Amino acid sequence: MEVVSPIREKLVTGNKSYHDVTVDVCRHVEDEPTKEWKIAFGVSLLVLAYGSFWLGKTWWEGLGVWGLNKTVNWAWDITNFVWWVGIGHAGTLISAVLLLFRQKWRTSINRAAEAMTIFAVLCAASFILMHMGRPWLAYWALPLPNTFGSLWVNFNSPLIWDVFAISTYFSVSLLFWFIGMVPDLATIRDRATGARKTIYGALSLGWTGGARSWERYEDLSLILAGLATPLVLSVHTIVSFDFATSVIPGWHTTIFPPYFVAGAIFSGFAMVQNLMLFTRVVYKLEDYITLEHIGLMNKIILVTGSVVGVAYITEFFIAAYSGVQYERYAFFNRATGPLWWSYAAMMSCNVLSPQIFWFRKMRENIVVSFVIAVIVNIGMWFERFVIIVTSLHRDYLPSSWTYFTPRMGDIGDYIFSFGFFFTLFFLFTKFLPVINMAEVKAVMRSSSEMKEEPKKVTV
Amino acid sequence: MTDNKFLVGIYDDERVVLKAVEKVRESGIKIHEVFTPFPVHGLGHALGYKMPRMGVPAFLFGMTGTVCAFLLTFWTMGVDWPMNVGGKNFFPFPTNIPIVFELTVLFAAFGMAFTFFFMEGLGPTVKPLIFDPRSTDDKFIMAIDLGNNSSVTEGVISDTLKNSGAIEVNIKEV
Repeated sequence: MEVVSPIREKLVTGNKSYHDVTVDVCRHVEDEPTKEWKIAFGVSLLVLAYGSFWLGKTWWEGLGVWGLNKTVNWAWDITNFVWWVGIGHAGTLISAVLLLFRQKWRTSINRAAEAMTIFAVLCAASFILMHMGRPWLAYWALPLPNTFGSLWVNFNSPLIWDVFAISTYFSVSLLFWFIGMVPDLATIRDRATGARKTIYGALSLGWTGGARSWERYEDLSLILAGLATPLVLSVHTIVSFDFATSVIPGWHTTIFPPYFVAGAIFSGFAMVQNLMLFTRVVYKLEDYITLEHIGLMNKIILVTGSVVGVAYITEFFIAAYSGVQYERYAFFNRATGPLWWSYAAMMSCNVLSPQIFWFRKMRENIVVSFVIAVIVNIGMWFERFVIIVTSLHRDYLPSSWTYFTPRMGDIGDYIFSFGFFFTLFFLFTKFLPVINMAEVKAVMRSSSEMKEEPKKVTV
Repeated sequence: MTDNKFLVGIYDDERVVLKAVEKVRESGIKIHEVFTPFPVHGLGHALGYKMPRMGVPAFLFGMTGTVCAFLLTFWTMGVDWPMNVGGKNFFPFPTNIPIVFELTVLFAAFGMAFTFFFMEGLGPTVKPLIFDPRSTDDKFIMAIDLGNNSSVTEGVISDTLKNSGAIEVNIKEV
């Protein structure tokens, strides 16, 4: 049941054999770390160490190290949280939604994108812990009986929905990632000797790749993808409920769930793009992550960027059309008030900059792709900042109107999340296969067959 | 599985192994299992395996999650300690949909993963029976249990494997 489109480019270039794929991917796990890796990992550790100092200070001294005030009582913490969760969404989109849509190009990038999901969700979770003020009581957010010292949690609260959504999302993503990795871990096991064989042997759970196992495995992957697809949509929907179910003008809008999900995919793909452009060079995987892959990811960035653009305009229009003066003022103030520059940054980074990808030359240009991906991530950070801070800083009572200025605590904790993310990511690229070998091998033949016999299309 | 003798045919192309499976089965030889580095579509059908029906347990696990989540939210919010939140109903169903949905997915995903591990006998301490380590790299391995094929001689099986395109035929005793 193979349908091969004759107009598609080859997914893997360089006339690789199956064995070449194994060697190219396993090499990074088996060899001594390269100099580039050591430098990158060292820098991430330094960033993590600096960030950890501020994290410690935040927990030791309390949230006073942040720039919050009584009007703007939520700022960088929740901005960073939403930003990181959003970044995570692209990994699930690539591995689950594109699996259901039978997009074969996802096979070269899904492993690293899923790893990104897991690490990004961990970074997001770290901001939940930080903003609690007393992180050692974080378990109070779990549904524990009231004899334990508190009431049951309030299941009507979007913040409790968040607890369930994020923890489910994290654990299911981790499971999906691990199960996808089992056959590749078995490949490493069968090539290894000594301690590495024992470790990867335990991790690969005794996988042998029998035909019956593969049938069940593929069925399981489809089921997990079918579960992960509504899950990923639900997670950012629930994150948007944190705002949408409130009565703050600027937050109380029904467009939030789809708008947040589109924005999440947008920023996530930008982050995948950055990581992939980096990985393909450092690990010499240009034959697996080709310009075709980069171009396809840029197309998704273009589409989702335009979707958020429409959402921004719709939001503005609805605010004007609603006839509610508070709602109108919230949006007028967003675009022209004291924080106008953040609104301008959001609009230009998210809506205007991806439009360059209408041109194929730009889509398949590595430098342009990298720069735009960074710009998009900056823009998406500002989107959350705009939504959160501009809606809060001028509330119903003009005497409490104020401005928000971040302090070192805000910045330091944000830096912590970067250090944490990249440290985990570089550990992943060293110790685990960055490319899904089994899936790449499975799609290679169908693309090479097409070159040999272009008319052979079996349905 | 002690003192069993296996004939191991090694192929280097998935299209060849697909045809070989049919040929070997036609000549009346029972195949123990075919090991491949990646899923080869149509192989299970050629070996005569039934389509796996993992969707059934997945649905049951999901429903378990739905019921558990519904009972948890209903019992805590409505029965054990009814909480007055802004004068709303003690158990407003719509606000519990997110929790019910998340737990449905959580139960179904983990239930299915462990079902899969159980069905396949996978676990961190499992010592796998590997007929040829290249089966996770680039070779397609057909294992034939000689104990199960007493009516055919070893030489005939070996010849059938070679004729069907095997590049090597080895003997493995386990």
